[in-house]
Amino acid sequence: MNAPTSTPAALKEWPLWEVFVRSKQGLEHKHCGSLHASDAQHALQMARDVYTRRQEGVSIWVVPSVAIAASEPNDKAEFFEPASDKIYRHPTFYAIPDVVGHM
Amino acid sequence: MYTQSFSVADASEEGKSAGLKAVPRPMSEAELALVDQFEARIAADGRIEPRDWMPDAYRKTLVRQISQHAHSEIVGMLPEGNWISRAPSLKRKAILIAKVQDEGGHGLYLYSAAETLGTSRDEMLAALHSGKAKYSSIFNYPTLNWADVGVVGWLVDGAAIMNQIPLCRCSYGPYARAMIRVCKEESFHQRQGYEALLVMMQGTAEQREMVQDAVNRWWWKCLAMFGPPDENSPNSAQGMRWGIKRISNDELRQKFVDATVPQAQVLGVTLPDPDLKWNEARGHYDYGQIDWDEFWETVNGNGPCNKERLGARVKAWNDGAWVREAALAHAAKQAQRQVKEAA
Repeated sequence: MNAPTSTPAALKEWPLWEVFVRSKQGLEHKHCGSLHASDAQHALQMARDVYTRRQEGVSIWVVPSVAIAASEPNDKAEFFEPASDKIYRHPTFYAIPDVVGHM
Repeated sequence: MYTQSFSVADASEEGKSAGLKAVPRPMSEAELALVDQFEARIAADGRIEPRDWMPDAYRKTLVRQISQHAHSEIVGMLPEGNWISRAPSLKRKAILIAKVQDEGGHGLYLYSAAETLGTSRDEMLAALHSGKAKYSSIFNYPTLNWADVGVVGWLVDGAAIMNQIPLCRCSYGPYARAMIRVCKEESFHQRQGYEALLVMMQGTAEQREMVQDAVNRWWWKCLAMFGPPDENSPNSAQGMRWGIKRISNDELRQKFVDATVPQAQVLGVTLPDPDLKWNEARGHYDYGQIDWDEFWETVNGNGPCNKERLGARVKAWNDGAWVREAALAHAAKQAQRQVKEAA
């Protein structure tokens, strides 16, 4: 039995990838998680094993996590604010007589 | 498979909590505003996402709990993995391989969730391998025969499901999403175990005795999986306030007992507790005293299989080092070749 004391110094980790899975034809790819893999081919194989063991997908995208640009949570207010006072963009803004029926 | 429903202090933290406490520096106005925002979101049962501001203690608690949970999944592969080569039929072998692979997958979902909090995979694994990080104590008991494999599925995974379902509503988004995925797969684990036991109970008297013996050995350990009683679980209250923990240890334990008693009756086994009986007034089953001394002995490293489990993990990590290095070297070489071809 190995004594659980000596572990070799951590080598460089495999890079991180974000995984997107299309669950069936006609639907979009959806983010489902991330994983570590040495390259794109490896990431695809790992994604198949980790995220589609029960036929959850018919297509997988993997993207290096470092390649994703994201909006800043701290800027959420000013970034998304401009849409909040434009309620006329919603159909419910307009009153239509009942007699018209569904529109 | 399962998280201990309480977050036990990892080895390095134990000394600190008993000794000096750092004096927190006063917060700036901007920080106070962030705290208010965070508290308001929690109060409204909202979700916290990785890049949102969160208090250090919230982050630390989650890193500890999610990484302990991930370690539990990974170490949890060992007791059952023992039986893959000795499964009684090809069908049972295929089922067991699929289950053990799921546990590995659950560990990977959870490590990823923990990494969104700013820790690294290597840091977490180093903590596990050095013995600093804890994992669920249930895996420090041996699986002595095939009936144990069935009982682990039925009771250990059954207890795990009780614990994990409320975690699907955890306030930290990535953890909650990982748990939804885990819970979807966990039901198969419990059902395959129970069904394997049903088959054994239809066999010989000796097979029935094996099942009863395994139930006797695992029952109390499964009750302890829910963690100490609420009055001895000081971290629980903070976890509840933060929306990390949703249902108390004792309440989950009671739900598990209530759900399991009828299943045991159908199976035809007795649960080894003379105090187990229906309480009409409470509308629940009463049960006997759990041996918490044994539980803490095991948490603190002195269970029957602690050394063996950790040794197996360290050996697997060390033996796999060349694979990890070779994969990186291969990727680097391929990348170089592509650059050359493009030139």
